[in-house]
Amino acid sequence: MRRNDLRARRHPAYGAFLVHRLSGILLALFLPVHFWALSQSLQGAAQFDRFLAWTTLPAVKFAEWGIVVLLAAHLAGGLRLLVLEFLPWRDWQKRLAAAAAALALAVGLAFALAL
Amino acid sequence: MNARGETLLWLVQRASAAVLAFCVLVHLATIIVAVQGGLSAAEILGRTRGNVAGLVFYTTFVIAAAVHAPIGLRATLGEWLGWRGASRDVALVLFAALLAGLGLRAVAGVFGGAA
Amino acid sequence: MASLRVKVWRGAAQGAFQRFEVPRHESQTVLDVITYIQRHLDASLAYRFACRVGMCGSCAMTVNGVARWTCRTHVDAVAEGGALEVAPLGHLPVIRDLVTDMAPFFDKWARARGQFQGARSRHDDFARIAPDDPDRRQVDAGIECIGCGVCYAACDLVAWNPAYLGPAALNRAWTLACDARDVGNRERLRAVGGDAGCHACHTQMGCTERCPKKLSPTAGIAGLKRALAHAALKGTL
Repeated sequence: MRRNDLRARRHPAYGAFLVHRLSGILLALFLPVHFWALSQSLQGAAQFDRFLAWTTLPAVKFAEWGIVVLLAAHLAGGLRLLVLEFLPWRDWQKRLAAAAAALALAVGLAFALAL
Repeated sequence: MNARGETLLWLVQRASAAVLAFCVLVHLATIIVAVQGGLSAAEILGRTRGNVAGLVFYTTFVIAAAVHAPIGLRATLGEWLGWRGASRDVALVLFAALLAGLGLRAVAGVFGGAA
Repeated sequence: MASLRVKVWRGAAQGAFQRFEVPRHESQTVLDVITYIQRHLDASLAYRFACRVGMCGSCAMTVNGVARWTCRTHVDAVAEGGALEVAPLGHLPVIRDLVTDMAPFFDKWARARGQFQGARSRHDDFARIAPDDPDRRQVDAGIECIGCGVCYAACDLVAWNPAYLGPAALNRAWTLACDARDVGNRERLRAVGGDAGCHACHTQMGCTERCPKKLSPTAGIAGLKRALAHAALKGTL
């Protein structure tokens, strides 16, 4: 049987789905690492400080920013899903996908500025 | 899984999503504020150790994430890796336990101890 | 005269694209192109059509990677640099060339309990349903489906989850779930709520994007999710 390729996937909602799923996967992979890093604090403030020193590296800061963008993107995509599933049907889904993207970007920028 | 099981999973996913939406917003706002001017263990732990509200908040956060991530991965594993059946569900329960375990350990490390 | 370079799928699951050159005209549809090929270039080409005026859905095929009704697809709208690629509708077994076996599509329709189940007989009075009744409005929004299979071909979940009932079957189930005259809803919800039911929809919205009747199976599926949630919480599932 014939399967779809990229040509069948070029509509906004597909992009929203893909961002939501990929960000979810990456976050699920990141979360155990994040928890492990935090429990380093159990070893005491000195160990935690050494770990925090590592977080000043530009590559790490970039990764942190990336995680925040992923989080914002996944949240925005999730809110879009909740709206689509629970609110009365309207025709503004494309605008909703765009709004979700904008929200994610805004949060990412805020974090980048804070960094 | 039958209709009842799938529907309950769906409900739990949406409910944990709603909890996470709130927790993530608070968490992001806190991080953005905290990241101003660099991080240090003393600074962070000074604010968090013995903070009961923080303990409750982040415990809720961890449990919601430990529930939400595996349910989300369940669909992805089935659809993109063709992994279905009992072995998938067992693996995901173990992953949930891992997240909860690591997460609560981290929460204890950051928020535990006397004020 | 300008011509079109057309690639047409020949064979079944195993096969290849065969190339043809077809005279290009104004207001030409993809179905016109396929018909020209079969009549003048290769009589062995197998394809399906019936009304050729956008009412029956029989001519659904994959044109340049996208599921469409070929009788309603103007060549000018889709030909990329004078080239066309025509393949059978996706996600269905290929019988030959451009003809697919629609049986799995309709089998899933039946598995989703997409049949009306009434409780009245000819001896009973008519059911009275107000046209502006909100549930009736939901039914009306989805009832024009003619089972063409375009949404089924457009949905990636149909490929990723072989048992997935698909947008058309679920959309029909929703119109019946909202039909006040139907009495089979408990079994229907159980049928659409399992492993391969409405929860497998992740709102990619390929169905809504491609439906030639401008229906939105995504909306119907969201309705089924809500109905299932209510039933599960009330314990009636």
